[in-house]
Amino acid sequence: MHDTRHLDSQAQPSYRVESRGHHGASDLLEVSMGPQHPSTHGVFRMDVVLDGERVVKLKPVFGYLHRNHEKIAENTTYLASMPYTDRLDYLCSLTNNWAYALAVEKLAGLQPPERAEYIRVITAELTRLTNHICLIGFLLQDMGASGTPLMYAFRERENILDLFESLTGARMMCNYMRFGGCRVDLPPGWLEQTSQVLDRFPKFLEEFDRLISGNEILIARTQGVGVLPRDLAIQSSATGPVLRASGVNYDIRKVDKYGIYDRFSFRVPLGEHGDVYDRYMVRVLEMHESLGILKKAIQDIPPGPIVDPKAKIRGFRPKAGEAYGRIEGPKGELGFYLISDGSPNPYRYRVRPPSLINLTALEDMCLGQTIADAVIILGSIDIVLGEVDR
Amino acid sequence: MLGTGLIKGMAETARNFAGSFFQEDRLTTVQYPEERIPTKEAARSFPFLVFDGDDAAKGLRCVSCQICEKECPPQCIYIVKDTTKKPDYMGKLQFQPKIFDIDVSVCMSCQICVEVCPFDAIKMNVEYEMSRFGRFEDLLIHKQQLAKPNEYFHKIHPTDAAEVDARLAAEKLKAEAKAKADAEAKVKAAAAAAAAAAAAATATPATGAAPKPKPATPAAPAAPASVDQPAKPAVTTPPAPSTP
Amino acid sequence: MESTEQIVARINAAIPTAKAVLVPNEAPSGQTSILVATDLGRKVALWLRDDAQLRLDYLSNATGVDWPELVTKQKVKKKKVVDGVEKEVEEVVESRRPPYLEAVYHLYSMELKHGPVVLRLRTGNRSDAVTLPSLTPVWRGAELQEREIYDLYGIQFEGHPDLRRLLMWEEFVDHPMRKDYVEPDDYEYEPTPHDEVLTKAKTHYEMGQPAASPK
Repeated sequence: MHDTRHLDSQAQPSYRVESRGHHGASDLLEVSMGPQHPSTHGVFRMDVVLDGERVVKLKPVFGYLHRNHEKIAENTTYLASMPYTDRLDYLCSLTNNWAYALAVEKLAGLQPPERAEYIRVITAELTRLTNHICLIGFLLQDMGASGTPLMYAFRERENILDLFESLTGARMMCNYMRFGGCRVDLPPGWLEQTSQVLDRFPKFLEEFDRLISGNEILIARTQGVGVLPRDLAIQSSATGPVLRASGVNYDIRKVDKYGIYDRFSFRVPLGEHGDVYDRYMVRVLEMHESLGILKKAIQDIPPGPIVDPKAKIRGFRPKAGEAYGRIEGPKGELGFYLISDGSPNPYRYRVRPPSLINLTALEDMCLGQTIADAVIILGSIDIVLGEVDR
Repeated sequence: MLGTGLIKGMAETARNFAGSFFQEDRLTTVQYPEERIPTKEAARSFPFLVFDGDDAAKGLRCVSCQICEKECPPQCIYIVKDTTKKPDYMGKLQFQPKIFDIDVSVCMSCQICVEVCPFDAIKMNVEYEMSRFGRFEDLLIHKQQLAKPNEYFHKIHPTDAAEVDARLAAEKLKAEAKAKADAEAKVKAAAAAAAAAAAAATATPATGAAPKPKPATPAAPAAPASVDQPAKPAVTTPPAPSTP
Repeated sequence: MESTEQIVARINAAIPTAKAVLVPNEAPSGQTSILVATDLGRKVALWLRDDAQLRLDYLSNATGVDWPELVTKQKVKKKKVVDGVEKEVEEVVESRRPPYLEAVYHLYSMELKHGPVVLRLRTGNRSDAVTLPSLTPVWRGAELQEREIYDLYGIQFEGHPDLRRLLMWEEFVDHPMRKDYVEPDDYEYEPTPHDEVLTKAKTHYEMGQPAASPK
């Protein structure tokens, strides 16, 4: 029979699968999807119990990419943790940097200057564009549109990664934010290049729409699949596009107004049904809104210094205390909780990973769906294992 | 009609396929390794050490202060100080590294070593084709391979190199000006001491109760113990010159 | 939103045995927290979630923190009578922080869009009294985070539907994020050893300075 050791844990008899007596032998098939699987977005395992093709039970298993980031941070300085935050959610390194810098600025009482805030908004919205591009590409890849929408999307992403490279030096692991501002100023001509990329972007979105958004296969496979009801979404602490697709209007850029987001007027797209199609469309619409924010930020950016004069690179010792800083990352609420005891290393450094917490309701969304839908539902939650496991 | 979405999608694909023969931006594949995309100026791959002039041993800017070793997040730099000192670009004697190893398989190209170096000695290279066969020994880069001339730095990061050169030249000018001012002050102090000694020899009978001259300050080691700080005019003897 | 002191006062008025206390925070963030007696943790959490003014229906973050025993000596100036004369004398005062594990919960409200309210629950000590009430029945989002706290710190959550390890594998024994965790001796060759890694390298290699010998 199947080896159930990996499903059984000594402490939890309630997890044991029960066989359906009236059919004689058990009909249920236990499958371990992953950790090496092209559609699980990284090293992620799901123990699914199937009745035919329908999912009866689903338990996600994490920990394959655990790199004890939080313990490393307790043994190194605050600045040295900044390159490690790039590698948490490796697709959106600049928003990770901003969240960490925000938490440290709350802890130490630093205030970044105007120009740095504008640069942060520009890079964060560009990161949101790259992340949503990745999602729409990978989701369609999971559905079986083998590669075409993915490569169209990645063609645009290359332009944005080139912008990151000329600004920060690296395409993905940017290590750009510092406590109290940014590391280097914008090179000459960068804003013009960004404007050119943004002028081409709506054309790409239209092309992508024509390519896939009206596609009947997409609509049949995603509408009504993986519904996350509104109350369950709030209860399971889902955040980001997953929450907004279920109809809850909670965008941290509007609620906390961190940085200078109160100067930009943008809409927050909400979904009605909470299914996979809503999560996909919410992200496409968020890309449209990000374009508006970017255009205004590029127009309004003032000259000036880019780092708080009180900030120190070496010998940075914030006073004892704690702070929780959070931003609206492309995947949800990314928060950092820091406790300092006056030494150069943090006493407690905690990452609040949106990908992990959005997975709380995965089983509820997948029950009763087919196994193929389970793959799509996982894809629509948009997880990155670097963040789930840290 | 059922299927219009599919047909529109396929029309889009056909448009892209046909367009890739005519339009630049639709053909996005670069035939690596025959073609290579040039790296951006700000790109970074792994660190290297800068030396001025032609001789790597004599012109190396690194004074082995070990700040980059301490601040490196994955601790991939290994430095051993040399006991003999060598003069730097301003002529001052500084330490130098006997061993300077970077483990490139550990380095995560975060650029923190470049940010914290006070001497502009370590900068980021842009070379990315560094595959080797040996897993440990070949990816451990020693000082001789890390040291590259300042001209190479100018070639890969022109704006940065120009700014560093300008700054170092300005500091050198400032140091030279200060050294010149100190030397001039010393000469004047020596002259003042000679004049004071001559005047004291002639005026000693009359000024027996004259206030005793103050002891010498470190700024005028050669002058006899009869002159104040060069900046203050001497108070006792009339012929004492007023300093500039 | 009302201040933390007002919330503490209202908790103590509504649930007197909760013994809610304000925990200060000197950092400029100003996020003070509420410390509550352990056995009433879930009741206070339900009250916080359902109270009409607060409506904290969104649990943003659940963290574990390890506080080992800490003895600090401080020099304090005290007025004492010495030989009949009142003088200011410097004395060494010892203060001891008892050891405990802590679970910190950051709560926000999606309905009223305010926050954060920080709730803290502390265990008795770090060795045997490590049970805390689970807040998963109150906020379902605590499920995976409390599993992680159990995995990395060893706090047993009573009332949790499925308390297993999250990031480590099931047969793993220790709790890695504790301050006194000792890593297993699994040294891998490193050509640029520093500090503790250098001492470890010396026990595994005779030379102990592999980087010094260029190959």
